[in-house]
Amino acid sequence: MQIESSAMQEARRRSRELAAKRVAGQAYLWLLLIVLYAPIFLIFIFSFTQSKIIGNWTGFTFHLYENLFTGYDATTHVRVDPNLYRAVAFTAIIAFAAATIATLLGTLAAIGLYNMRSRARKGITFLNSIPMINPDILTGISLFLLFVFLNISRGFVTVLIAHVVFCTPYVVLSVMPRLMQMNPNLYEAALDLGATPAQALKKVLLPELKPGMISGFILALTLSIDDFGVTFFTKGSNGLETLSTFIYADARKGGLTPELRPLFSLIFLTILILLIIMNIRTNKQINKQKK
Amino acid sequence: MRKFTEIASARRTWAWPYVLFLVLFVVLPLLLIFYYAFTTPEGDFTIYNFIKFFHTSEAVNTLIYSMAIAFITTVICLLLGYPAAYIMAMAEFKTPQVMALLFILPMWINFLLRTIATVELFNMFGLPLGEGALLFGMCYDYLPFMIYPIYNTLQKMDRSLIEAAQDLGANKVSVFTKVVLPLSIPGIYSGIVMVFMPTVSTFAIAELLTHNKITLFGSLIQRSFGEGGIAMWNYGAALSLIMLIIIAATSFFDQENDRDAQKGGLL
Repeated sequence: MQIESSAMQEARRRSRELAAKRVAGQAYLWLLLIVLYAPIFLIFIFSFTQSKIIGNWTGFTFHLYENLFTGYDATTHVRVDPNLYRAVAFTAIIAFAAATIATLLGTLAAIGLYNMRSRARKGITFLNSIPMINPDILTGISLFLLFVFLNISRGFVTVLIAHVVFCTPYVVLSVMPRLMQMNPNLYEAALDLGATPAQALKKVLLPELKPGMISGFILALTLSIDDFGVTFFTKGSNGLETLSTFIYADARKGGLTPELRPLFSLIFLTILILLIIMNIRTNKQINKQKK
Repeated sequence: MRKFTEIASARRTWAWPYVLFLVLFVVLPLLLIFYYAFTTPEGDFTIYNFIKFFHTSEAVNTLIYSMAIAFITTVICLLLGYPAAYIMAMAEFKTPQVMALLFILPMWINFLLRTIATVELFNMFGLPLGEGALLFGMCYDYLPFMIYPIYNTLQKMDRSLIEAAQDLGANKVSVFTKVVLPLSIPGIYSGIVMVFMPTVSTFAIAELLTHNKITLFGSLIQRSFGEGGIAMWNYGAALSLIMLIIIAATSFFDQENDRDAQKGGLL
């Protein structure tokens, strides 16, 4: 009896220790997260007040949101900087165009690479990794020098090319694993059964590669939207701005356009909701597979 | 026409457009950095650009300072990030992916805006903008890049190894130092490279975080392509080449790792 109870005490002590450790660990994670999110919350909170600068609370209002959507300040009748809207539009157009081109180019490249001899494959894989290793500033400057050297005036097209440069490698890398998992004989079987290469591509290859293409496309979108360094060197000086370069110019001028606060709060919320939906969906799929 | 369909149906040719694209927009531009670095604005060969760099103590000091800042940032990120990755990987959360996701989520907010918000945070608490703000901002921006690869390797680790070590009489400390830590080295390498490379080459962030008080090597390069005009481009190319060498050396450190796959896995 005595022994048993002391063993029980020991077990209880250990489980208490474990619980304490878990709490400490969790506390550490949450502390890091709080610090990590503090600036974002700051933007979010101060999107609900009208002051020019963050940190100066002048009362709760949806004014900045109204300004953002109407394009001008109803009380002061000052227009919201029209360059902001142009930057938003340009960011979206570039991101979708670059992601689309990168997905097509990268998927074709992945299929080609998969069917190559290993020596050629290694060489191209190395080239493919250069834009991923290269920091923004080097990608940006090297392309800047190229466009200067070839006498191409910088603008929409050069920014688009630059974005395709740093997006495509990630598409290749997202599509490649799908190819590796695929039964290599499927495509040949389709050809043997009388499908043309185009049909075999459409009916056999693409459906298998679709998940990789989609995640490559989404990754390309986010990389393009977030880019600053490469765009900075390839956009030229004829007034073309993405959100990143707009914010940079804005911050260097001094005050940040207040309407950026609601804009980014909305973007953040959208992403948050999308991620939650995606997460729930994958969890459901995992549960289905388990059943 | 028949020949064309033959070529198109040999699937290895499908990579050709991308290879052409890579040569034109990746290889050629990098070669141009070399070309400009070793020429005068008139196009004559010279090594003057490098001599100029090594004789400008300000420029050399900026390079050393930037590497030091990047190094310190990397160490802080490792010290903060490893425990976080470890706790996440080891704890039996009901939803471990959600926790990992929370650490990655801030990266979806434009990093310049996050940096500016950090500046405002410092202003709000009356903290000075200087080296401290710079280090905080850098760690803040790149901590997720350290946590994620370490978390990934720890999560894929075979748990039975830990149990085996325990059964064989290892105490907690030696389980960690002899089993967990060695197995997480690839993740640590990836994390170090993924934090060091962008911090050593950053421009823009430093100016914003320190109100132009501190200049990093990246800003120095940027300036020679901006304000200086054409006359400075060759010098800027020489500085870029020095940066390229640092990056290449750093990436050797991580050669055996599938760093890119991990970066891709951030999604």
